[in-house]
Amino acid sequence: MTVNNRPGVLNRITGLFTKRHYNIESITVGHTEIEGVSRMTFVVNVDDERTAEQIIKQLNKQIDVLKVNDITDQAIVARELALIKVAAPPAVRQEIYTLIEPFRASIVDVSKDSLVIQVTGEPEKVEALIELLRPYGIKEVARTGTTAFTRGAQKATTNQKTAFII
Amino acid sequence: MTKMKVEEQEKARTKARMSGSLMLIEALKEEKVEVIFGYPGGAVLPLYDELYKAGVFHVLTRHEQGAIHAAEGYARISGKPGVVIATSGPGATNIVTGLTDAMMDSLPLVVFTGQVATSVIGSDAFQEADVVGITMPITKHNYQVRDISELPRIIKEAFHIATTGRPGPVLIDIPKDITTAEGEFDYDQDVHLPGYQPTTQPNHWQIRRLVEAVSQSKRPVILAGAGVLHANASNELRQYAEQQNIPVIHTLLGLGGFPADHPLFLGMAGMHGTYTANMALCECDLLINIGARFDDRVTGNLNYFAPKATVAHIDIDPAEIGKNVPTKIPIVSDAKAALQELIAQQGKPADTAAWLEQLDEWKRRFPLHYEPEAGTIKPQKLIEMIYEMTNGEAIVTTDVGQHQMWAAQYYKFNRPHRWVTSGGLGTMGFGLPAAIGAQLADRSATVVSIVGDGGFQMTFQELSVIQELGLPIKIVIVNNQALGMVRQWQELFYEKRYSHSLIPNQPDFVKLAEAYGIPGLRAKTEAEAAEVLKQAFAMDGPVLLDFHVRADENVYPMVAPGKGLHEMVGVKACEELSR
Ligand SMILES: Cc1ncc(C[n+]2csc(CCOP(=O)(O)OP(=O)(O)O)c2C)c(N)n1
Ligand SMILES: [Mg+2]
Repeated sequence: MTVNNRPGVLNRITGLFTKRHYNIESITVGHTEIEGVSRMTFVVNVDDERTAEQIIKQLNKQIDVLKVNDITDQAIVARELALIKVAAPPAVRQEIYTLIEPFRASIVDVSKDSLVIQVTGEPEKVEALIELLRPYGIKEVARTGTTAFTRGAQKATTNQKTAFII
Repeated sequence: MTKMKVEEQEKARTKARMSGSLMLIEALKEEKVEVIFGYPGGAVLPLYDELYKAGVFHVLTRHEQGAIHAAEGYARISGKPGVVIATSGPGATNIVTGLTDAMMDSLPLVVFTGQVATSVIGSDAFQEADVVGITMPITKHNYQVRDISELPRIIKEAFHIATTGRPGPVLIDIPKDITTAEGEFDYDQDVHLPGYQPTTQPNHWQIRRLVEAVSQSKRPVILAGAGVLHANASNELRQYAEQQNIPVIHTLLGLGGFPADHPLFLGMAGMHGTYTANMALCECDLLINIGARFDDRVTGNLNYFAPKATVAHIDIDPAEIGKNVPTKIPIVSDAKAALQELIAQQGKPADTAAWLEQLDEWKRRFPLHYEPEAGTIKPQKLIEMIYEMTNGEAIVTTDVGQHQMWAAQYYKFNRPHRWVTSGGLGTMGFGLPAAIGAQLADRSATVVSIVGDGGFQMTFQELSVIQELGLPIKIVIVNNQALGMVRQWQELFYEKRYSHSLIPNQPDFVKLAEAYGIPGLRAKTEAEAAEVLKQAFAMDGPVLLDFHVRADENVYPMVAPGKGLHEMVGVKACEELSR
């Protein structure tokens, strides 16, 4: 979704979700290539098509909302970044290095008994890495939430339960 | 002078440098605002100083809630935006109810609130409140002015947003330093809102689908809401209904959009709707909603709503279509544009002869009814007497409760824009101040404000304004010494445990009126009521009438909460009635 970058616009949007009883899974906001225009990406769990449609219509009614796109059923690029601080005494470090490699994650901070791992990817991938690291003892996780847009070329639709609204 | 020169002079005027306060006054002139409803305070003193100098017509209500309800009444009757000014903090929080009311009932308002100076915003300064935050969900849009250079654009946008598409309240919060800052007043600019482009013309293909659906249907019905009135489409509605032989039902707020004495009219639908209207909704095979939002008080339990019908919905707000009721034929459009298009199509009318016969039979057998009783005043009878007294021509404003429902049932509106009531929010205290705005919007009209003894006491301080301006409003208190509608629900659903709904010690309303310099009259029997009404309508100025009505009367028919429309209670066939 693109919005005018005006004071309070995020408040307007999240307030609308609260008022209408919709639950936001994640939300990301940032500038776009156009000055004064921001992009917001929401992940919202909905029960049915009608609710998704209603959310989009309500968002569209906001004066500061420029364009809303439901990309749930479209070919999309969706990315999330997570920082994971995991307990890592020297004995298990090598093991962790090997484990995160297929995820193309990187170590961004090292201390005496912990590591901070940075991973980028689709939310499922981030989820999977967190699960793998859990046995080592996760101390902290910070996730950005998903940001996304549609791919240049659309192919056959995929089936997902979660609605992405950008 | 050449045309060029005139234009240049005009430009010079609209580009002059001036203070924020003066800009506001100039902008209101540009918008041809005739009246402002407001209340001063610290944060708006510079603005009030300019009002004083400019001699703008400003009505000082006695409470900010009175100001905003008056503005709503003005907007409802005139179709123009109601303008309100309130000061920061408590002034602004006092208009929250009115904003919500206007939002729910789609009334165009432009509301200015004062704010503490920019330099102290966020410091919990004296009379600071986060008004933009508070009013975000209850306005169509709101602004806080951060720089004097934005002010003209913001005011222009506010009027545009309030009055176009689905109308609604727009609020502008103005810090005090902005009202004194100087800037260039450029009102000669185009409104540029890429995120706000209401669709007003119907989609041709959907219109064709509706025409086709009508021609196939045997039992079509139109449910017309206030959207018809906002679009000034009463004539088109009538033309279309007559062309296609389709009966018409109104929502509470739609009343007057279609003439009540028209043979195709079935009455109001919903919780206290007529038997025929509700049964028509249950039995119809095609339901054409024009400018109504399928409110729960209209539909009853959605599981039983219009079970046999294909639903078509014409609405200027796309979000209303499919929100509560699955809709086969969605038409996003202004009601007038859609109706004109439908009329122009000259589709094959539905064969509704049998259907209309059935409906007429219901109308004849199951009319609205009450048991007349001499020696008391039946509230329904009282409304009928007022209707006769005013030849059905009056502007009627109401408060919220039983009296409101009786007014809706028994005052037969044949003309549009004569009915002012709080529908979506059901705001007690609305009726009296709304009458002030209504009378100011139409000075020559007879205005009757029908209120309850409960709700009247929420805003009766506005009697002062009525007296001051000499507005000839006839105030009718339907006095049942009770919060009647609450009492009714307690009687029906809480085994007559009248918890805090009986008020046997109501004040002497006649004396109260007299204290405000308004004559008061009282009646306790039907005969007295007739006499008192005659006197009141012979008077030139305002008058307050205190009618002690039968206190245990209930509003019927009634669809209990959670029930379907077919489960109405309190319906009697006319052969069972005593008259
Ligand atoms: C501000 C507000 N508070 C409470 C209510 C709930 N309520 C609805 S009707 C009603 C009773 C109104 O009593 P009265 O004004 O005497 O009218 P009556 O029903 O007796 O005709 C109440 C309390 C409301 N609608 N608005
Ligand atoms: Mg009462």
